[in-house]
Amino acid sequence: MTWTISAPDETSRDRAGEEARLRAVWSNPPGWRYWTTVNNTQIGLWYCATAFAFMLFAGVLALLIRVQLATPRNDFLTAEVFNQVFTLHGTVMMFLFAVPIFEAIAIFLLPPMLGARELPFPRLSAFGFWSFLLGGVFVCGSIFFDAAPNAGWFMYPPLATDKAYSGIGADIWLLGLSFIEVASIAAAVELIVGIMKCRAPGMRINMMPLFAWYLLIVAGMILFAFPPLIAGDILFEMERMFDWPFFDAARGGDPLLWQHLFWIFGHPEVYIIFLPAIALMAMIVPTFARRPIVGYSWIVLAAVGTGFLSFGLWVHHMFTTGLPQISLAFFSAASEAVAIPTGVQIFVFIATMLAGRVLFTVPMLFGTGGLAIFIIGGLTGVMVALVPIDWQAHDTYFVVAHLHYVLIGGMLFPIVAGLYYYYPLVNARKLSDRLGKFAFWHMFVGFNVAFFPMHLSGLWGMPRRVFTYEEGTGLDVLNLTSTIGAFVFAAGVLIVVADVVRPKHRQPKEEFNPWNAGTLEWISEPEENWGVRSIPIIASRYPLWDQPELRAKINAGDFYLPDAREGYRETLVTSVLDAEPIQCLRVGGTSMLTILSAVALGGVFVATTFHWWVVAGVCGMVFIVAVWWWLWTGTGAIPEHVDKNVGLGLRLPLYVSGPASVGWWAMFITMVGDGTAFGSLIFGYFFYWTIHDDFTAGLPGPGWVWPSISLLLFLAAWVALIAARRANRAGSTGVTRLLLGLVLILDLSAAASALVGPTTTGMDRVVHVYPAIVWILLGWLVLHALVGALMIFYCAARSFRGLMNREHDGDLVNVVLYWHFLTITALTTLTVVGFFPALR
Amino acid sequence: MRLLPRELETLWTLFTAPVVWALHFLVCYLTVAIHCAKVDPGASLAAIRFMLAVATVLALATIVLSATLAWRQWGFGTQEPPHEEPTREDRRLFQGFATLLLSALSFVSVLFVALPLAAIERCAS
Repeated sequence: MTWTISAPDETSRDRAGEEARLRAVWSNPPGWRYWTTVNNTQIGLWYCATAFAFMLFAGVLALLIRVQLATPRNDFLTAEVFNQVFTLHGTVMMFLFAVPIFEAIAIFLLPPMLGARELPFPRLSAFGFWSFLLGGVFVCGSIFFDAAPNAGWFMYPPLATDKAYSGIGADIWLLGLSFIEVASIAAAVELIVGIMKCRAPGMRINMMPLFAWYLLIVAGMILFAFPPLIAGDILFEMERMFDWPFFDAARGGDPLLWQHLFWIFGHPEVYIIFLPAIALMAMIVPTFARRPIVGYSWIVLAAVGTGFLSFGLWVHHMFTTGLPQISLAFFSAASEAVAIPTGVQIFVFIATMLAGRVLFTVPMLFGTGGLAIFIIGGLTGVMVALVPIDWQAHDTYFVVAHLHYVLIGGMLFPIVAGLYYYYPLVNARKLSDRLGKFAFWHMFVGFNVAFFPMHLSGLWGMPRRVFTYEEGTGLDVLNLTSTIGAFVFAAGVLIVVADVVRPKHRQPKEEFNPWNAGTLEWISEPEENWGVRSIPIIASRYPLWDQPELRAKINAGDFYLPDAREGYRETLVTSVLDAEPIQCLRVGGTSMLTILSAVALGGVFVATTFHWWVVAGVCGMVFIVAVWWWLWTGTGAIPEHVDKNVGLGLRLPLYVSGPASVGWWAMFITMVGDGTAFGSLIFGYFFYWTIHDDFTAGLPGPGWVWPSISLLLFLAAWVALIAARRANRAGSTGVTRLLLGLVLILDLSAAASALVGPTTTGMDRVVHVYPAIVWILLGWLVLHALVGALMIFYCAARSFRGLMNREHDGDLVNVVLYWHFLTITALTTLTVVGFFPALR
Repeated sequence: MRLLPRELETLWTLFTAPVVWALHFLVCYLTVAIHCAKVDPGASLAAIRFMLAVATVLALATIVLSATLAWRQWGFGTQEPPHEEPTREDRRLFQGFATLLLSALSFVSVLFVALPLAAIERCAS
């Protein structure tokens, strides 16, 4: 260890005073303002509860589907309502439950698990939650107005681009979910920075809880998986709203591009859902096997390996689209390869259970039962990953059976296991053992009765998504069985819900750490909001098993940051590999701004759906003002001292900038996601090039002159900004401000000249896909240039107000980082649209 | 001159082998997709297959290099896992071991992806 530790100074300790101050700093506001809290415990719980509520709603939709299919030629639902119901069922389960529930659990669990007070950006978590809630209600509510999306959860064009068929539902899907994807990416940024930079001192990467390893990988996957969908959403919405023909084959477009973009998101998403569930198992299994996990490194291998391989599988959803067979074979091979790391995890759990003495508690029942179901789903997955079998099974109930075995076994059961396991952290009481076992057997039996027959009905030819079937086709009994099973399963879910909501105030509180687990999250006290009383030094993977007196010392305030003398919410920032303390970070507290920003951004998306352009514009302005205000008042504040005594004789800086700071990391990660979305648009450009002999269709391009001029201006702006950063570091305030002004002028001129080319050559966006894709790329660039201009303006304003200076240049350094990405975007876009048509 | 580069103190070496897998995968897929769409859908893939076989060998060689570095970081296998001590040394051993495992997985996965090159001779069936 490079940092030194001395004994706590006992002479001047006033423990009661320390606790009172900490409690005051971390307390939630009273009355209705309670809802403005940003504390990870509350946000995490609300997030979980909301996701669960959406799950129950989508579950009811599933039951409607099963009632309709219980008998042949049933008229319980009309075909149109059936289409809306199954589309919304899939959409809500995937986008509003499966992915967000893990962001929710992570926000709740990670700080105590890592020994941190908070995640680094609590207001961002709160913003993400409110965005999720608003977007989710908007999407779910549509069905009550007969306006729900009805083209299947993956919204294939040309069905979904056909306005006469799909109505406004497709717009609600596209815009509502884009809004929620913003929340997911916000959560990914929060989780990556939190796991890499906010672990307790001593928690080196070889000691990190496996849950954190998994969440780190999953957050990274979100960063590369969601942006292609956002890019696809943009193209899709431009076609629906303004008739830009991205997916219209008659005008050079191609529906297959949507399938690519959707599944580049959609397949990794399955693993984004599955890995965190396995992460819960990796916390639960060692506790009940009463020993450390066997093969920690193997789990890391499996998590990282699955994370990567999952990006090479997307075309296995497109085996029947007529791609060259050798392409299909690559994806088939990768789909088989991913079974290796997936299997490794299961064997690690089996080995851990064999090596220990297993207690079969309710969490273990749900966990192992879920894995058994998942293995069946995995095996049918290996089957449908083979092209010839997929050709037979595609779009039949065999696939429905497969995906439910994977998702319910690999995700829902482990979640319920996690619910039973972690409930004492919420309420200091356990859920009922008896009800839990009762629920498990209902769910386990009900699930298999419902979904196993679907393998058969699929193989016998029953197609997905058709609202009824004929009598005497041999499907009657299978479907009736499935419906009965579905209701038994639903009864099990209902028992879980009843167990959670039943009043428990008469039930005595459990002792601390009721399962006798070894990991750090169990030091969290449900009554306290401060996360940990003091931030410990960690020396084991299972500190509660291996570090005696740890809890007593944490709660006595014997470690870091035992006090909040200055009245700020503080946590430690540590180094990535060895978790050596490097900064005392002050995080944002309670604020209305998060709700205001989320409502305003939600307003933009909702108003756009209904083409209320003025409202959308006003909401957009409110959003920009709210975010400006949020950043201005909540970030980059100049502290009253350079450093602070955080306890045990350690002094840490209160302000850092550049790669040492969490803000720099957040910018970097956000821009990686942004770059992925941009890459997806570039992929679109070249996709059209591959499918046509002449992808310009003989239409004029933007020429090379104006793109070149624009590029030179962008490069000049970049150089000027780097010079501004140097001038600021040198303390030349006047020169810095002048250079920032120059950057602003260069940037805006660059953006304007980027648009001159296609305007002067009269590129008409609705005639053909070539002008449309050029306009989209340039539009993306110009939008980023405008955001860049706002950032420059912000830095200049901070400089004039004395909030940014030589020693406190975090804002400027982060903007320079943004500008590196902007410059790459400009270089790529302008070279491609300006020069590629002549080169090809 | 040293044969192997100096050991890096970073998290990112963990991802070398999977990144090589991803690049190899993309090269295989994109080359074939562009060739089959732009050149001649019915044509033989002989030249492309040879090129991709070379790419496969390069990818495997890079992964072996990553594995060798990882093996060194892991102390040439002299230490047994679980590498759970709170020391810098154990952290390095853990990184080495995990990187080695990932290299093995990536090696096998590259081979998997390359298999169709041995079996399929044309774009269209």
